[in-house]
Amino acid sequence: MASLSVSTGSKNPPLQKLRRKLVPFAYLSPTLILLTVLMMIPIGTVLYYSLMDNVIITNTPPAFVGISNYLEILSNSEFLQALRNTLILAIASVVAHMILGLMFAMLLNTNVIGPFAKALFRVVYILPWVFTASIIAILWRLLLNPNGVVNYLLLEFGFIAERVEWLSSRDLALGSVTFINIWAGYPFYMVSFLAGLQGISNDLYEAGKIDGANGVQLFRYITLPQLKPILVSLAMLDFIWTTHQFALIWMTTGGGPIRASEVLSTYTYKQAFTSYQFSMAATTAVISLALTTFVAVFYVRHQRANEQ
Amino acid sequence: MTMSQSNKMRLTKALVLVGLVVGAMFAGLPVLWMLASSFKSNTSIFAYPPSLIDDSFSLAAYQAVFADPQKRRFFFNSYLVSSLVTLFTLVMAILAGYSFSRYNFRLKSTLNLLIIGVQSVPPITLMIPYFGLIVGLKLYNTYWALILTHMVFTLPYAIIMMTGYFNTLPRDLDEAVMIDGGSSAVILWRILVPISLPGIVSVGIYTFMLSWNEFLFALTLTRTTDMRTVPIGIQMLMGQHSFEWNQMMSMSVLGSLPVLILFLIFQRYFIAGMSAGSIKG
Repeated sequence: MASLSVSTGSKNPPLQKLRRKLVPFAYLSPTLILLTVLMMIPIGTVLYYSLMDNVIITNTPPAFVGISNYLEILSNSEFLQALRNTLILAIASVVAHMILGLMFAMLLNTNVIGPFAKALFRVVYILPWVFTASIIAILWRLLLNPNGVVNYLLLEFGFIAERVEWLSSRDLALGSVTFINIWAGYPFYMVSFLAGLQGISNDLYEAGKIDGANGVQLFRYITLPQLKPILVSLAMLDFIWTTHQFALIWMTTGGGPIRASEVLSTYTYKQAFTSYQFSMAATTAVISLALTTFVAVFYVRHQRANEQ
Repeated sequence: MTMSQSNKMRLTKALVLVGLVVGAMFAGLPVLWMLASSFKSNTSIFAYPPSLIDDSFSLAAYQAVFADPQKRRFFFNSYLVSSLVTLFTLVMAILAGYSFSRYNFRLKSTLNLLIIGVQSVPPITLMIPYFGLIVGLKLYNTYWALILTHMVFTLPYAIIMMTGYFNTLPRDLDEAVMIDGGSSAVILWRILVPISLPGIVSVGIYTFMLSWNEFLFALTLTRTTDMRTVPIGIQMLMGQHSFEWNQMMSMSVLGSLPVLILFLIFQRYFIAGMSAGSIKG
């Protein structure tokens, strides 16, 4: 900062000083305006709605009801099922993404194939990540259609005895949606792990081998600990993103059949735009926010700790 | 000893190859099926037994998509919204990143934390207040409704990335310009921005992709068919009484092409951005 005074001179020191203080805020002002209007105010609004009754589309004026919306929603079995489904979807996805991502990254990190083949495999492995949720949703609706190719192959190879209704059976819908989400999301892990693996010094492995460690031990005591910071970050980010997922569920099962695959986002959407229960929708929206904020706090702390 | 060693090596090699191929099938076959279905006639989509290519192979589904002004409009809307979101996001992120990277000021770390934290706000939480706010601002069913709301989700990531890039550039550059009498704007646009072009490209691609894929706000903040984007347009095809599967697949292929092409050209930037995003957050 000292160098600034060299060029700006000092005819009117207090004014200059104030001006200089405002410069960083001037650069930030477009961002601050946007985030205030479209982030801070809306969050305030949704909190306010969640404490009120009769908001947005009503004949009667809004009334302050305190936390009674929260008490009502927390004893609502539909909401609790949506919460449970969200957690199942998120935790299963995070675990499977991690395993698949790590497996693919390690396969790509071996020297068995040449650089060209490696680049080709890498592109194929990243493919699912290129597609948007709505495209992934209709693609899997085609594949998992009772008359579709997945059922055909499973029948041919004798894994199933009759055609399965993957997306419209109450027992299978949540599992199928989770599987689709797993397919769609692992490349992000893979790419990050790949970068992480390339950052591990070969000396560590050499030293391990000299000490007589086998492949499993090298993985357990060198690879995993080295990847741990990335692993933890990814898991938390992925948990947050998966709980936000809307389009994929909305377009495959719509949360059905009969709420079998309902998650917080689809439940909130239906409360707002199907039942016009905006107070209740706001309440579930705030609970979703609390859930992700809880994880986000750990994420930020973890990042800070890594930087030091 | 040497024999078993080389046998073991061969076995490992074979296992890796099998793993690679199985993985490629898991990732690639669904995509291949999408491509294959887009060239079929709608009646042969569920033909039994299924085949990748049959005698109904044609470009008819693509021609039908191109011939339909409504579907062309979906693509136009998506390109317009995503391009403008990318442009505005980049300009604002460059300004904000410069501020975070080169100045020390009160509230800096608070604002920085806020921008990181904003990324974890669920879109569904904002949807309800947005509905009222966007109607109140008279932006309902306009491009601006989409552009502004998409930026809420593209901007934080872009700012974090731009701050990171600017932080890697030495401050000697700035000081050299200042001694020559250049202002902070000159430092930013003439010196820092041209040097960080690779970073800007990767942030821009990621931004474009986020906006191109956005679904929830495009669904709730527009109403008429002529304002819909590609993801919503595909959903609308699905909601109609008959499922034109081949057209949905050709639209999916066309809808994925921009991101796929950007990805193939800028693969290295993409991957660097993705992994940096996850590590730095």
